Amino acid sequence: MFGRLGFDALPHDPVTIGGVVGGGLAVLGVVAAMTYFKKWGWLWRNWLTSLDPKKIGIMYIAVAVIMLLRGLADAAMLRAQQAIFATSASSPISPDLFQQVFSAHGTIMIFFVAMGVIFGLINLILPLQIGARDVAFPLLNSISFWLFVAGMVLINVSLALGEFSAAGWLAYPPLSGLEYSPGTGIDYWIWSLQIAGVGSLLSGVNFLVTIFTMRRKGMTLMKMPIFVWSVLGSMLLVAFAFPILTATLAMLSLDRTLGMHFFTSDLGGNPMMYVNLIWAWGHPEVYILILPAFGIFSEIVATYSRKKLFGYKSMVWAILAITVLSFTVWLHHFFTMGAGANVNAFFGIMTMIIAIPTGVKVFNWIFTMYKGKVSFKTPMLWFMGFAVTFTIGGVTGVLMAVPGIDYQMHNSLFLVAHFHNMIIGGVLFGVFAGITYWWPKFAGFRLHEGLGKAAFWCWLFGFWFAFIPLYILGFMGAVRRLDSYDPSLGWQGLFIVAGLGVMLILLGVFFQVVQVAYSIWKRKELAVGSDPWDGRTLEWATSTPVAEYNFAHLDAVQDRDAFWAAKQSKTKASTKFTDIALPKNTGTGAYVGAAAFVIGFAVIWHIWWLALLALLVLVGIVIASTLREDEDTEMIITAAEVAATEKRLRGAGA
Amino acid sequence: MSELIEAQKARLYRTTIGFWVYLMTDCLLFASLFATYAVLRTATAGGPGAADIFELPLALTETIILLVSSFTCGLMLLGLQAKNRRQVIVAMALTYALGVAFLAIEIGEFAKFVAEGHSWQQSAFLSAFFTLVGTHGLHILFGLLWLVVMLVVVVRRGLTPKVTRQLTIFGLFWHFLDLVWIFIFTVVYLLGVAS
Repeated sequence: MFGRLGFDALPHDPVTIGGVVGGGLAVLGVVAAMTYFKKWGWLWRNWLTSLDPKKIGIMYIAVAVIMLLRGLADAAMLRAQQAIFATSASSPISPDLFQQVFSAHGTIMIFFVAMGVIFGLINLILPLQIGARDVAFPLLNSISFWLFVAGMVLINVSLALGEFSAAGWLAYPPLSGLEYSPGTGIDYWIWSLQIAGVGSLLSGVNFLVTIFTMRRKGMTLMKMPIFVWSVLGSMLLVAFAFPILTATLAMLSLDRTLGMHFFTSDLGGNPMMYVNLIWAWGHPEVYILILPAFGIFSEIVATYSRKKLFGYKSMVWAILAITVLSFTVWLHHFFTMGAGANVNAFFGIMTMIIAIPTGVKVFNWIFTMYKGKVSFKTPMLWFMGFAVTFTIGGVTGVLMAVPGIDYQMHNSLFLVAHFHNMIIGGVLFGVFAGITYWWPKFAGFRLHEGLGKAAFWCWLFGFWFAFIPLYILGFMGAVRRLDSYDPSLGWQGLFIVAGLGVMLILLGVFFQVVQVAYSIWKRKELAVGSDPWDGRTLEWATSTPVAEYNFAHLDAVQDRDAFWAAKQSKTKASTKFTDIALPKNTGTGAYVGAAAFVIGFAVIWHIWWLALLALLVLVGIVIASTLREDEDTEMIITAAEVAATEKRLRGAGA
Repeated sequence: MSELIEAQKARLYRTTIGFWVYLMTDCLLFASLFATYAVLRTATAGGPGAADIFELPLALTETIILLVSSFTCGLMLLGLQAKNRRQVIVAMALTYALGVAFLAIEIGEFAKFVAEGHSWQQSAFLSAFFTLVGTHGLHILFGLLWLVVMLVVVVRRGLTPKVTRQLTIFGLFWHFLDLVWIFIFTVVYLLGVAS
């Protein structure tokens, strides 16, 4: 009846029980508060069923922030283990749990934090920057979000029921095969990623079509803001890379559930095939995350330097070059596979070449600042921290691109330090800068500067204290994922420094939480108009908070920095309004997400009847949604209502 | 009124472009499976190889059926342009029947292999074969489901703008599956028997 699900699936060790109880109490507390204040109806009508990309974007970021806290808790456990308990005989964290924790840390940070914030920011900013009222497929956008949520819930359920993967964030076979991992951990990993991955793929298609077909009249490709270009590159990568992930995960799942032999070590299976396939997705994935961060920095540097971006065309070509080249370097993740000197040399050289367009971008940002009127607001500090940190991370990457050196560095802590250098110093810093920069557009008030700066300095120094020791340890021969080592190696001091670094990072996170809370409290004093930074691109042309329809008028744009040009020429907006059609709210996305979750859960626990039932429900939901005619999915905001909203949001004068 | 027509045109355009992009991603899914099949083609682990079990006449029959169904699908699209509901319905029914026939032959082939003891568990080659061809079969099954739903809608509501969009992209989907099958026929069956 319930497959392999039974009472023994509940957690046994005290650390996991603590996590489950803590997490469960937090969820219960929120549910109780929502019920007490009777907010469920409000939440459902205004948020969960909304097809407004601004609201979907905020929900993405909210989920990602919660997952960031979970991922940080995992990181703190890893650091505590290596700094304190690794040399002693007993530890609260068993070796098996340690493996689950580092697997969960990596998976959550990439799929549910980094991807979540990036998709959140794209949802918020992209339609505004291209001067559109919506994305190309609003319902599909909601479905993507809910598939992301379904994957997120699944990975967290693994804490309470069963176990999580102990095979690292990419689950290499044969370790992840049935023979060596018979439990539910790998299946949780597979289905959580599969469901969220399909959501990402659909988002990729959606945003590509949005960029291709929804741009404001007059906005040719070479007049698009650079953030839009970076999203275009990133979404092309999503469309090209995520199908590979879908296929690879499906094959691993077939090995585990139907007894196939793709990646097994017997009957002709080929585990290295998996490693090739997963990195053919995995390397582009890195650029899927970093390209939008590059876009964010480009907007910020131009705005705060009060200059147009230096070398727009070279930026565009650099983005496109990175997009193409990112598919030609995947083998550098496993030079030690033994593909031979010539193959390794090719991929080594390609890896060095991809550093060139990235370098072009760094120089462009610096030249944008040159002779500009630079104001050092918090986002600008994040940029400067990024420019230094990311460049150093890039250099260590190029170092490892030399196959001969990689044989020494492979799987060492040097590598761990390198990719954290790129993801924290690149993606996270970019996202923090972007959130601070765009916050007032959606909130109506800016974030407190002093607390933001405090958070920045804690993050920057915390990062270096946490990861410089890892570089050194890598040189000393420490491999990644160690839960214990011999004290005579003399590593403990450096691990303790790394642990202190993480505490500094946690202090930075504390400042960020306080910053948001304090800014909400003092929102009257921090209130700003619709264009607080003297912005250049169209998102600043909207009212604050942004009207549901984004723009009342869809006048053609003439210039690359469209809003800046409009401000210079002092163009007055027309006061004549027309009816605007927007999609109606619908619960379809939430239902699809729920059905996908049940399918995933049922397959993990081999409850086949439930999986089939949920699949039929899913098909039913999709058919029902297909049957709806256009008139039933749209609502009209009349010209009079638009006029009233514009008057309310912009004041009588405008 | 002209604004409404413009909006409908823009939607059709967006939907079509979106579906082309989706098809590209689906193409990459198949590319991954093809690549895997190419690597594992000879990994028979002592079991039968491609030349031992494939029957070309059967695969050729499937190919012809699918090609003819693409033709009837084209007739459906022509009927759609001419706003000829009757032609659309007849062409849809024909496409559906041919799709069912194709799927029946494929399932028969799979069942025969399994009955002979050559299931997907026997070797990496057979795992790759069943997955590649089976994924195409699942797409056909999905297409048939889609077709039957649309058939009901066309009969009951006629050719509304939304129906027109749906049938247009269904046409793209069906032709795409035809194209993938040509590759399967060549890479799996023709090259398999020749090896």
